[in-house]
Amino acid sequence: MTDLETRIGKRFAALKAERRAGLVTFVTAGDPDLETSKEILFGLPGAGADLIELGMPFSDPMADGPAIQASSLRALKNGMTLKKTLDLVAEFRKTDNDTPVVLMGYYNPIYILGVDAFAAEAQAAGVDGLIIVDLPPEEVDELWQPARAAGIDFIFLTAPTSDDARLPVIVKRASGFIYYVSITGITGTRSADIADVGVALKRICKHTELPIAVGFGIKTPEQAAEIASVADAAVVGSALVDIIAANLDPDGRPKEGVVEKLLGLVADLSAGIGGADKKVA
Amino acid sequence: MTKLNTYRAGPDEAGHFGIYGGRFVAETLMPLILEVEKAYAVAKDDPAFWDEFHSQMKHYVGRPSPLYFARRLTELFGGAKVYFKRDELNHTGAHKINNTIGQILLARRMGKTRVIAETGAGQHGVATATVCALFDIPCVVYMGETDIERQSPNVFRMKLLGADIVPVTAGTGTLKDAMNEALRDWVANVENTFYIIGTVAGPHPYPAMVRDFQAVIGNEVREQIQEAEGRKPDSLVACIGGGSNAMGLFHPFLDDEDVRIIGVEAAGHGIETGEHCASLTGGKPGVLHGNRTYLLQTDDGQILDGHSISAGLDYPGIGPEHSWLFDNGRVEYVSVTDKEALDAFQLCTKMEGIIPALEPAHALAHVAKIAGDLPKDHLMVMNMCGRGDKDVFAVARLLGIEVSQ
Repeated sequence: MTDLETRIGKRFAALKAERRAGLVTFVTAGDPDLETSKEILFGLPGAGADLIELGMPFSDPMADGPAIQASSLRALKNGMTLKKTLDLVAEFRKTDNDTPVVLMGYYNPIYILGVDAFAAEAQAAGVDGLIIVDLPPEEVDELWQPARAAGIDFIFLTAPTSDDARLPVIVKRASGFIYYVSITGITGTRSADIADVGVALKRICKHTELPIAVGFGIKTPEQAAEIASVADAAVVGSALVDIIAANLDPDGRPKEGVVEKLLGLVADLSAGIGGADKKVA
Repeated sequence: MTKLNTYRAGPDEAGHFGIYGGRFVAETLMPLILEVEKAYAVAKDDPAFWDEFHSQMKHYVGRPSPLYFARRLTELFGGAKVYFKRDELNHTGAHKINNTIGQILLARRMGKTRVIAETGAGQHGVATATVCALFDIPCVVYMGETDIERQSPNVFRMKLLGADIVPVTAGTGTLKDAMNEALRDWVANVENTFYIIGTVAGPHPYPAMVRDFQAVIGNEVREQIQEAEGRKPDSLVACIGGGSNAMGLFHPFLDDEDVRIIGVEAAGHGIETGEHCASLTGGKPGVLHGNRTYLLQTDDGQILDGHSISAGLDYPGIGPEHSWLFDNGRVEYVSVTDKEALDAFQLCTKMEGIIPALEPAHALAHVAKIAGDLPKDHLMVMNMCGRGDKDVFAVARLLGIEVSQ
């Protein structure tokens, strides 16, 4: 499949034609419950999300910060499973055939379901890409092969620790886009220095022509705009998940208006990015 | 299963023992993991590294630990001749220090200036804080909030040794959460920090490296039993949480096929109750904390919390080499309940004047089950991997006796 036949490829081509960076939003599937999560997911494209990253809940998300771990545990407590996450994507696809959906998570639930079954079910559901945090290139082949055969993009994380020796190993199997983790740390904690990000992206560009999305530590429209000025897309996750956490009643049920609040921040982030002057094509 | 020429050649270059092991970590950590692997590969071939290791073992840890013939228990069981490998006599009271000495020497070679560790019962935390005090390196220990409450004497010990204890409230506040948190710290402090993992688990090269340091146990046993009995042992028994004391005893004997090897997991309230830590007997293969191995998990691949009377066995996984030895059948893995371990704890204390930790009390409970049916010339070596001082308050509570702490 060429880049222009995939939803991810088409979306980045469209963004390039519009001369703007994209907004990638992360929420956890089933957080805080399936119904609310569905409302959020269905509302994201309209609010301005260009690509959707959907977290597959896992009990031990060791590369994520407290906000995203808490969101995983909320979803699991309310009965979320990997199967239900795939069903959720399938339902979303009935209403939206353009917005790319990338599943992000950890390998174990996929391994337990079975890599072939997972790839087939993800393809059928309309999943466009995978980010599997604990599958570095050294271990990825067992899932990479069935996923790629099913036409699903495999998106790899690169980090400030990924040097010129490491980058070729990573980009070799990458498709869709590259996800640059802008800090050495976990999600939702520190923010990166924009100058450092710019330097890092130039280095990555030497190794790949894939678009680059930047994430970890982006919380405000201003930060998103700043990242959008140097990257092809900005990823926002913990700030959205924090809105859910802050709008639960003592029993953990979502309060009135949580969906609107979350989508409101997405709209603000999108507006921030839309106004960004993109320097690097 | 085809018979192997050797059980001691693993892991392969990518850190795999069959399908187990590997390096399942976030990309941010990969360069560090590769750096540790490279540094250890060089150190492993450097006689000066091992000279220093063995010097510390002798003068600081107090090795070799004795191989002790447990005469009264042998008479009571009425069968096999039971020997204890007395690793509970090591400095800090358990086998854990063998590994932390090895890893801190490597951290120093790598120029690292800060050490982190996870701990469950606190034994590995104490052993890490101890070597950090010895070498004047700042030490941060992650410990689940639940475990901090259960193990207050060890928490105070670590503080006295100068370590910072970070309580972990995420998840369920136990050992697996402490390990998650230590990995998060490492991701955020990649430049200066060395992560001292406490068992034969985690991403490659840790399972192999920790095994190599702990192999001092089995290597000594081979010499000591030769001296005492003029031959090899007939069987080896050790308890298993992550499995480092067991791997240390077993590994040097894996290719001696006439030596029967038995690992004892914690069956908690009983395997059938679901409240246990027997990853091999009651779990299935999965991926967590950097390696593929047997894990306690749900049908959806979510990790479950283990339960054991012994906080040191309370981990939902097991070292990947054990998973491999389980599948290929070289090592027998059995399990022992909380109650059986508690009985063995009291029996050993009364009969031998040795208060065992609750962890090796599991191994002893299995010895008690099988020794009587074995011939009197059968030589059995059990690893007494820790002393029970840390457990006396917990045991008192379990026996319904009030002791002011």
